Amino acid sequence: MKTKEKLTHLKQLEAESIHILREVATEFSNPVMMYSVGKDSSVMLHLAMKAFAPAKPPFKFLHVDTLWKFHEMIEFRDNRAKELGFDLVVHSNPEGIAMNISPFEHGSKVHTDIMKTEALKQALTQGGYDAVIGGARRDEEKSRAKERIFSFRDKQHRWDPKNQRPELWNVYNTAIQKGESVRVFPISNWTELDVWQYIYLEGILIPSLYFAKERPVVEYEGTKILVDDERMPKELREKAKMEMVRFRTLGCYPLTGAINSTASTLPEIIKEMLLSTSSEREGRLIDKDQIGSMEKKKIEGYF
Amino acid sequence: MSTKNEKIALDIEAYLKEHENKDMLRFLTCGSVDDGKSTLIGRMLYDSKMIFDDQLSAAESESEKYGTTGEKIDMALLVDGLQSEREQGITIDVAYRFFTTENRKFIIADTPGHEQYTRNMVTGASTADVAIILIDARKGILTQTRRHSFIVNLLGIEHVIVAINKMDLVDFSQDVFNEIKQAYGELADELGIKNTYYIPLSALNGDNVVDRSTHTPWHTGKPLLELLDNMDISKEIKEEDFRFAVQYVNRPNLDFRGFCGTIASGSVKVGDDITVLPSGKTTKIKSIINAGDITEKNREATTKEAYAPMAITITTKDEVDISRGDMLVHTKALPRVSNSLKVMLVWMDESSMQVGKTYDIKRGTSVMPGVFEHINYKIDVNTYERTEVEKLELNDIASCKMVLTRPIAADKYKENRQTGSFIVVDRITNNTVGAGMIVDVAKREEETKVKVHREYTEAEIALNKYIRENFPEWNCKEV
Repeated sequence: MKTKEKLTHLKQLEAESIHILREVATEFSNPVMMYSVGKDSSVMLHLAMKAFAPAKPPFKFLHVDTLWKFHEMIEFRDNRAKELGFDLVVHSNPEGIAMNISPFEHGSKVHTDIMKTEALKQALTQGGYDAVIGGARRDEEKSRAKERIFSFRDKQHRWDPKNQRPELWNVYNTAIQKGESVRVFPISNWTELDVWQYIYLEGILIPSLYFAKERPVVEYEGTKILVDDERMPKELREKAKMEMVRFRTLGCYPLTGAINSTASTLPEIIKEMLLSTSSEREGRLIDKDQIGSMEKKKIEGYF
Repeated sequence: MSTKNEKIALDIEAYLKEHENKDMLRFLTCGSVDDGKSTLIGRMLYDSKMIFDDQLSAAESESEKYGTTGEKIDMALLVDGLQSEREQGITIDVAYRFFTTENRKFIIADTPGHEQYTRNMVTGASTADVAIILIDARKGILTQTRRHSFIVNLLGIEHVIVAINKMDLVDFSQDVFNEIKQAYGELADELGIKNTYYIPLSALNGDNVVDRSTHTPWHTGKPLLELLDNMDISKEIKEEDFRFAVQYVNRPNLDFRGFCGTIASGSVKVGDDITVLPSGKTTKIKSIINAGDITEKNREATTKEAYAPMAITITTKDEVDISRGDMLVHTKALPRVSNSLKVMLVWMDESSMQVGKTYDIKRGTSVMPGVFEHINYKIDVNTYERTEVEKLELNDIASCKMVLTRPIAADKYKENRQTGSFIVVDRITNNTVGAGMIVDVAKREEETKVKVHREYTEAEIALNKYIRENFPEWNCKEV
């Protein structure tokens, strides 16, 4: 028999993720994939399109729209759904809409609680999903490093870090009771570098916000944010300056810090990332609130 | 600026090209709080530039609050994940960390070493190719070293790096190092661990972690990272036999019926003769889709040959009955098929394992009820002594006879980690309560029927009677 060929690390990660996606599709009656439009979601969508080819993914894609996402993200999302023909579901919290929640007025905590955490819970309850596939990676944040690939949630969507099911080999326990659910993280073992390399190698489309361009930005709560629309308070908008910037993560524009950069191609982005000295979550305001804040949010039901 | 960073700065495309062809290595670190395990991992991540400034400054501010190293940054705080652990200063779960070098991507399974966390260590070991066993140079081989080595060997890890840590506290003494090395060699022989490597370390100060230490001129071996980066982990075992567990049946329309799954071992070509197990039906491979080759433009890409661990979709020449849980194998290399298996079982739940109770057994993609009919012996992870017991408690490891309600195609764990492993799920709580490794598969004639001890209700007894009296052609047994 000929010498055993070996898969590169990216191809191994890809195969592992596809295995996980197929396991979800077959073991749960109503799975859904979270689609947040960012680079990790783009990779997940790409993997899902591969896993079930020549068929389409046999589950829906859910976007929780806080209504404060970058405009380009929404455009990108709708285009992708049309081009690839996947089944997109968009949810926004109607109570939040009624209260006219704004991160500028109500602050990041209230906005995130109502438009993200609450909205997500609503969407999951309404959809009756028993498995929710997310793009979180273990390298992102310390509390994620311990999360399982199939992570159990009780009827209130809560995570109990002290009572996680052991997860061995690639044999995943998918058994749940009615009303309970799991969060599934197929790219748990990918790092930020893996994601970028994979996007580069596979030619995966991502929003142009990741690439450096002259954009109007303004200093806000210690980071630079994009002037994306008229809802930004006038006094802030007036201070805006054009700068060469890009975004390392995408979320709500008032809560997502831009970084000064000239990286306008994927290799340049990867180069910048490799030489940079701060982690990608630094631009995210929600993590800074307090030590272990992500862990708290997860226990409360934030993915 | 390091040479790596220079390369990135000068020619990123060349750097990316190099990194396309990296392979992957998963390793496990074993040790307790006091051995400096978290410190070692923090050191590896820090020295290989996987820790960013903001994480470092978070660790600095936490060092003041929880740290145990005085003025220095507590490396352990870089890796100790959950807040509850940081407060207690111990690692209580399995955490996965990542770093990369020119040659390899590494996945570290970071597990606690205390006896009450045996199940966590087993979990971490299940996917590892290499284990690092930490030994405190001042203390030498302890009970826990014996325990860690036993589990590592049980889970089929063939490469063990013995990291003799805190060498700074024994003046980097070569004698101390050699004594421990010799003692461990005896332990490794006793267990049958194949490949051992020894390194004198100070994780706290970084000696022999990334760079060769000037304090150990007598040590000719590689520093830890270099060793990990270059070690050959390819296996000689029988993994060349083609094993493919059907995971998902893909049937988008009447013209296409594909069987999706991940190749557990070996390779397969279009035209190969295959057998479906346990049914034993045979057919030929008609086409293979490697999911990895699918692109947005070409959603129907096929390949002539595929190998482990690719995620593929197979179509067959004949319309044979194939469903999730079936195993496809080459007709010329059949595994044994049986419902009666000798296994090593690790119990992972607070509620004890009951002989004769029905559990769900998940092996690969098939789930079926099964019972542990008999406990041959329980083995003490510290002394390796065998005792007879009636039931198993949390963290117990035992040799058992397992009987399934249906036969499965099975390999011995030592020969195939994918097809020789299973988890045990409690049918009421749905928790993963155990993990097992197949030691031996009974021959067909030695198979036993499942003996389920069950109390039937009056209604069930009446139903049974009704069926027996009115449908004799069903051959229904009396309960």
